Amino acid sequence: MKLRMTSALVGALAFATSAMAADDTIKVGVLHSLSGTMAISETTLKDTMLMLIEEQNAKGGILGKQLEAVVVDPASDWPLFAEKARELLTVEEVDVMFGCWTSVSRKSVLPVIEELNGLLFYPVQYEGEESSKNVFYTGAAPNQQAIPATDYYLEELGVEKFALLGTDYVYPRTTNNILESYLKSKGIAEEDIFVNYTPFGHSDWSKIVADVVALGADGKKVGVISTINGDANIGFYKELAAAGISADDIPVVAFSVGEEELSGLDTTNLVGHLAAWNYFQSAEAESNDAFIEAWKAKMGEDRVTNDPMEATYIGFNMWANAVEQAGTTDVDAVRSAMWGQEYPNLTGGTAVMGVNHHLSKPVLIGEITEDGQFDIISQTEEVPGDAWTDFLPESAVLTSDWKDLDCGMYNTETSSCVQIKSNY
Amino acid sequence: MEKSFLTRNPSVLIFIACLALFTIAVTVMSEAMGSEMISTSFVKTLGKTLCLCLVAIAMDLIWGFAGILSLGHMAFFGLGGYMIGMWLMYARTEMIVEASMANAEIPPTAQEVVDAIGTQIFGVVGSSDFPVIWTFADSLFLQLLLVVAVPGLLALVFGWLAFRSRVTGVYLSILTQAMTLALALYLFQNDSGLRGNNGLSGLQNLPGADAIPQADISLWFFWASALALGLGYLLAAWVVSGKFGSVIRGIRDDEARVRFLGYSVEGYKLFVFTLTAVIAAIAGALYYPQAGIINPAEIAPIASIYLAVWVAIGGRGRLYGAVIGAAFVSLLSTWFTGGQAPSIPLGFYTINWVDWWQVLLGISFVLVTLFAPKGIGGLVDHFTGRVSPERYGADLGPDSGSLQEQEAEK
Amino acid sequence: MTRLIMAALAALMLCVSMAAAQDSPIQALLQEHRALIEKSSRKTIQPAIDALRDSGLPEAQAVLEKWQAKDLWQRDADKLFFFGEKVDSKNYRLLDIATGEVAGEFPKKELNQLKPNSGVRSLIGAALVQFQLMAKDPAKRIEALDAIQRDPAEEHLVALAGAIEKETDPDIRDRKERLVRLLTISYGETEEARIAAIESFKGDLGVDVRGALNPLVATSREVAVGALHDGGNIATVLKPGSPEFSEAEAYDLLVSKDLVLPRITAVDRRAALQENITDARVGGVPVAQLNSEDARERAYQALAEAGLVRTAATQAQIAEALAAHVFFETYSEPSAAITEAANDTLSSINTQVGFNQFLDLTLDAMSLASIYFLAAIGLAITFGVMGVINMAHGEFIMMGAYTGYVVQQVIPDYTVSIIVALPLAFAVTFAAGVAMERLVIRWLYNRPLETLLATFGISIALQQLAKNIFGTQARPLTSPAWLDGALVLNDVVSISYIRIAIFVLALIFLGVFLFIMKRTRLGLEVRAVTQNPRMAASMGINPDRINMLTFGLGSGIAGIAGVAIGLYAKVTSELGSDYIVQSFMTVVVGGVGNIWGTLLGASMIGFLQKGIEWMNPSNTLAAQTYMIIFIIIFIQFRPRGIIALKGRAAGD
Repeated sequence: MKLRMTSALVGALAFATSAMAADDTIKVGVLHSLSGTMAISETTLKDTMLMLIEEQNAKGGILGKQLEAVVVDPASDWPLFAEKARELLTVEEVDVMFGCWTSVSRKSVLPVIEELNGLLFYPVQYEGEESSKNVFYTGAAPNQQAIPATDYYLEELGVEKFALLGTDYVYPRTTNNILESYLKSKGIAEEDIFVNYTPFGHSDWSKIVADVVALGADGKKVGVISTINGDANIGFYKELAAAGISADDIPVVAFSVGEEELSGLDTTNLVGHLAAWNYFQSAEAESNDAFIEAWKAKMGEDRVTNDPMEATYIGFNMWANAVEQAGTTDVDAVRSAMWGQEYPNLTGGTAVMGVNHHLSKPVLIGEITEDGQFDIISQTEEVPGDAWTDFLPESAVLTSDWKDLDCGMYNTETSSCVQIKSNY
Repeated sequence: MEKSFLTRNPSVLIFIACLALFTIAVTVMSEAMGSEMISTSFVKTLGKTLCLCLVAIAMDLIWGFAGILSLGHMAFFGLGGYMIGMWLMYARTEMIVEASMANAEIPPTAQEVVDAIGTQIFGVVGSSDFPVIWTFADSLFLQLLLVVAVPGLLALVFGWLAFRSRVTGVYLSILTQAMTLALALYLFQNDSGLRGNNGLSGLQNLPGADAIPQADISLWFFWASALALGLGYLLAAWVVSGKFGSVIRGIRDDEARVRFLGYSVEGYKLFVFTLTAVIAAIAGALYYPQAGIINPAEIAPIASIYLAVWVAIGGRGRLYGAVIGAAFVSLLSTWFTGGQAPSIPLGFYTINWVDWWQVLLGISFVLVTLFAPKGIGGLVDHFTGRVSPERYGADLGPDSGSLQEQEAEK
Repeated sequence: MTRLIMAALAALMLCVSMAAAQDSPIQALLQEHRALIEKSSRKTIQPAIDALRDSGLPEAQAVLEKWQAKDLWQRDADKLFFFGEKVDSKNYRLLDIATGEVAGEFPKKELNQLKPNSGVRSLIGAALVQFQLMAKDPAKRIEALDAIQRDPAEEHLVALAGAIEKETDPDIRDRKERLVRLLTISYGETEEARIAAIESFKGDLGVDVRGALNPLVATSREVAVGALHDGGNIATVLKPGSPEFSEAEAYDLLVSKDLVLPRITAVDRRAALQENITDARVGGVPVAQLNSEDARERAYQALAEAGLVRTAATQAQIAEALAAHVFFETYSEPSAAITEAANDTLSSINTQVGFNQFLDLTLDAMSLASIYFLAAIGLAITFGVMGVINMAHGEFIMMGAYTGYVVQQVIPDYTVSIIVALPLAFAVTFAAGVAMERLVIRWLYNRPLETLLATFGISIALQQLAKNIFGTQARPLTSPAWLDGALVLNDVVSISYIRIAIFVLALIFLGVFLFIMKRTRLGLEVRAVTQNPRMAASMGINPDRINMLTFGLGSGIAGIAGVAIGLYAKVTSELGSDYIVQSFMTVVVGGVGNIWGTLLGASMIGFLQKGIEWMNPSNTLAAQTYMIIFIIIFIQFRPRGIIALKGRAAGD
């Protein structure tokens, strides 16, 4: 009974896969959760990928071949990311993958793609401390988001006391760690840094908001740095608004709140609070207008664009150009072609892929406006992404250079490569 | 004349034979044997499925036979995975660290090596010190012992507390659910020392086995899983076949009566609870090195509910039913989430299975519970001719246990 | 041809307007500081703001205000500044800053909006104080007071004191007076005045008061060689080795003041050894043996003896260094009388603050309890009264929330939409509940555990359906304006109106539940069916109908809870699953079959969670974990919950 069933399944699977294999297309794997808790963020990126692939195909594809998207659903289940990645690479034999959102999903996929020499474009801001041979990080590293935002607090707003609020997972943990040590190096005392971690989807914020207000009791200007993730932000901002905390008194800068998250709430009471990204929908550039228009045409007038979408856009176009340049989709050739690859970003400048597999991008700080958009009040020059932060002693000595050193974790003190593969 | 265990339970023999055949078939068709018919990723999927079948057997034992609907057995499964994961991470990182430190001008002290391992493992979550619970992580033997000991002990203590105060039925289900939720939340915290939400990853890379292709390793794990499933099935079948089995079935059907007959109901329940926890832990210890990563989301309450659903769909109260249910549902979900299921265009709307598969799954739970309470395993009865009277109609009276329509009509 | 003329005309107009604009002194002033204004940063902008403020020009106030409101624009062509008005998304109308005359409409591309960041805006605000303090518009005066409060400065004290006399609005007058006292604390001329101001704030809970007082009593750790010097406002003398000041800390302090050499850490030693490797040996010890601390210590000693590295301080040397110095904490405020008064006032405030924080925590706990209660009350009916385990209960909550969202899409007025949404949510989930009871649950009354599985199936199906229909993004459900904001008792105790509304709603439903169960025919029949269905059926009650209605009622209440929860948190398809386990635990802890039990259970969980959060404020997750562990243990001792039914009603 059992045997019959399983073999039937095996047969079905084999049939389904062999039917799809065709040599005249370039296969692009899309590894984003379409169900489960992360679907809220990742579905958008899947749609972005499909749109980009469609556009590319309309332009004639790459190397004269059409692109074919292979969409899988890892269902916000981290082990499933590894399984699906393996499936994409070995069964579907995709040439490149775009995917993952959370760090843990990336860490889950890493061993698989490093073993099978796959290629992954990771489009989300993350905590750094990693540089894999097989991953191109098109989102922001901490020095492209967290550090400039903190500088803005220190210099422009004169904040002397910091509340680091985050969801309890790796990105806020590491970012806050980096920030703590950065703030200390800037002369902020340890007791002036308040740290709090909340679970995913937390909704009861009254106590924490009250705690933050109470921080002002010693006469120092308080600022909140929020790494709160996903829909927990909605409750947080609603509570902030209810408590009447004005951005002029206690500003909140968020690293995980973009246009998409704001579309879930009414922002009239949040005007002036901040977010730091490498892209805002309100950026003024021709390419951005075109991108937004295409997106709205595909998905509906009420949809917004956000930073990970721009990262996907840059990553995809860079990859396309690299493939054209290399003349093949072979991973090693494409990787070499990626180094130094340039592509205009949507904020008017040019993104450059570094040899540490991180992009150089401008850092934008925006104030929330009444219509759920951001008013860009500060824009830096392009900042090269730093895989290993300079503000943690263990990481300061590390560097990544895949071109000349052929190592993503190179200890400059001992002049040796710590490991070729990544830390999982 | 006592008949032997196997002759009394022919299904065990059939099952073992099927499993052996299946194992051999997969082995022959695998990449490691030079054939391309089954990809490595599918071998891994099958290996993991076997582990899920094993934990489903444990679930069937506790629910189908002892009548305790535990919604917390995936906690033990996960704990087993964590225990083996700690050693895998430690040992692999140790090798990396030692290799990289060998280049240093001054040889490292033992403490420096441990510190460097700590930085490597915990650097991701912004820490570098080894928590106390990692004390034994350098020893495979001790950590293997913990695979069994930690979940076993947790089950023993929890079960003793719960059964002693006579928490039964749905209360116990909710209590076990609370247990797994508490454990998941605890592990979600970074302070728990198991890397919080990130969990332990890179587990598929066995320490010292870098040169061996994953095709081979996946096959080894597949064999190990098949062996564990076979042994687990034998053990479970043996447990439920004798007098012990009769007692626990008695407890399922009428706990008070068994107690009045003089049996220590609590003792029996506790034994089954702990035994199944240990089986689940072993399954977990085999599962996670194949999955590659374990993190607290794995032991969220929903995982345990799914486990119960597998058993229900497969047919509880029969061991092969649990196996069929687990294999069927998990493989089906692999297929649907893999994007390989063809979309159905309806003209006005296209059904993408990625969007609709969960709906289908949910509805099929309902249908199975309503119309096929024996699950898929019930089909076997049609072949063997063991068909019990149809008991499913509207109640004649409002009280439970009263005759039901069809029954009364006969 | 016409185009040419138009262009020429435009050019002409540009010239004219340029000429007019350049003529005005305010434009000249702005142009003078153009570089600073264009690249405005809080660090550098002050001279430009000061120049505007002190220019004495009548337009200065308007320009500052427009600049602060991001309404100041610059024309790319000639870098002149204008006030901007939006015409449409692409075009803006420019007004001359001196005369207010329209200078023409321009496409946005040719213009540059000045966007002062919030730091610069607050500096502008401070500069505007002198204009606004006596302004006719009370809102402007309040704005000025806000600006002073944000950036208190000495110069504001005199201006503010002068502005009290003519203030007509009593509230603003009170605020001005309070602000004067507050500024006097830091900037008062005489010590007596400052002390008087400090003492006038005894028992005041304002954060700003503590903000003014705490810097006065801030201390820093200092060290003196030999004995204490006279002078300086010394708070305490520290003794090395005491619990609050360990010897290690004392030595570190000495190191930080460059009074002694730093310790040699393991890292330093390793580096020193590395530098002194000769012939694979360090200080006579072979390098290969340096894999233990002992060996490294030996090698280092050898190096030190050879004079190649500096010697580490011995324990005796450290003790000697500590003995030779005096450690103390000193106030930055030189006057002892002021620090004493400040300490005195602060301690009186802090007792008050502690009490009020407890009060605030209690309010939070009550609010959380009411949310849990609201989420669980439907379950208290379906599970508590009927014994049906409805895993889809959370999804009914979600359906209610989405109903609220849909209603808001149709009815834009938030107040009306909420009034419509509440009964509609009830109706929708009532219908869903009845349908589910009829189609699924009634077949499974004898098999409670299987109800659990079937309803779980419904739960995941409903969740995915919601995703397919509404998308995965969170949807906005906005509360009406009268529920915005918070009830503020003082700077410590406050609770948002939306939470109060939820609390009231929970109370109403408690009342409704009690009324239905105790005072209506339906309630009587429900109780009868629950206690003894067969007997109830014999008495002419139709158990099927009663079960259906009871289940519908429980589901309907879940729908209303959904609207409430959606208002204060979020509307996503996962909304329900966040509450389901907690809801079950609330019912079980409270005691099944008793609404008061559910109330007690919700209160216990709410208070417990807030209590643990208070003890460990940096980790909310821990609070949830320990709360659940507590519940597990609690159930061991009271398996039937806080209020256990006794006798026949207990069943089982």
